[in-house]
Amino acid sequence: MTNPYVPLLWMMGIAGVLALGGVGASAILGPRRYNRAKLEAYECGIQPTPHAIGGGRFPVKYYLVAMTFIVFDIEVVFLYPWAVTFAELAVFGLVAMLAFLVLITVPFVYEWRRGGFEWD
Amino acid sequence: MGLEEQAPSGILLTTVEDLVGYFRKSSLWPVTFGLACCAIEMMATGGPRFDISRIGMEVFRASPRQSDLMIVAGRVSQKMAPVVRQVYDQMPEPKWVLAMGVCASSGGMFNNYAVVQGVDHVVPVDIYLPGCPPRPEMLLHAILALHDQIQNSPLGVDRTAAAAAAERAALEATPTSHMTGLLR
Repeated sequence: MTNPYVPLLWMMGIAGVLALGGVGASAILGPRRYNRAKLEAYECGIQPTPHAIGGGRFPVKYYLVAMTFIVFDIEVVFLYPWAVTFAELAVFGLVAMLAFLVLITVPFVYEWRRGGFEWD
Repeated sequence: MGLEEQAPSGILLTTVEDLVGYFRKSSLWPVTFGLACCAIEMMATGGPRFDISRIGMEVFRASPRQSDLMIVAGRVSQKMAPVVRQVYDQMPEPKWVLAMGVCASSGGMFNNYAVVQGVDHVVPVDIYLPGCPPRPEMLLHAILALHDQIQNSPLGVDRTAAAAAAERAALEATPTSHMTGLLR
């Protein structure tokens, strides 16, 4: 009658009540029988292989990937609003953004020549 | 009793134990634990001819965390015994075990040092199903017998009392090796 989406809201509400009610009822009424195996990882029945706390070691060269990503991702973030308002900004915006891109290209070439893009 | 007849039509009375038993038995989810030849018959039971889906068990969970029933289908070797125990321990309560086939029930034809002589040496078993391998109809019959057992199992204090009474009766009964006459 009023808004056609009101039954959808009812449905979401009932789904939420059902899900939370089920989980809540199990949490309250369910027995708690813990054993050590239930808290271990499931590895098809064998004892789970232990791994170092904190996730273990990983190669340090991933820091370079993270650093490169930060720099060029921020550049892309600045490119998005310019792309949306491209028509209004006309030539002035184009020239300003080109200057910005040239400024970012300098460290890009630097990293390229220093071997930062080589993986091995 | 009279109360149900006096109430207006459409109202049924039941007990919590009946309801809980009905809900627990109605869609037991087995964990995939086919070990040997009995697993083929278990797969056949899951097929369309001897449909196990009509009792809600077509979904054999790969993870024990989501299952209620462990059908140990096949011989359990000494190497596999800790795996059986770990998978059983990782199932949440309520859980049941069905020893399918003679190898899981008693070691079967493998009376040697490599096969555990009955999976009840490793996990507590609720239903034993003989056969080498049992036909799918026999597996369905065993599952329905387990359903009856689940439907009639008591809850709470009655359950611990029933378990104690069963243990007492088993300790006082004559062992099979001392029975005489035709054991029919």
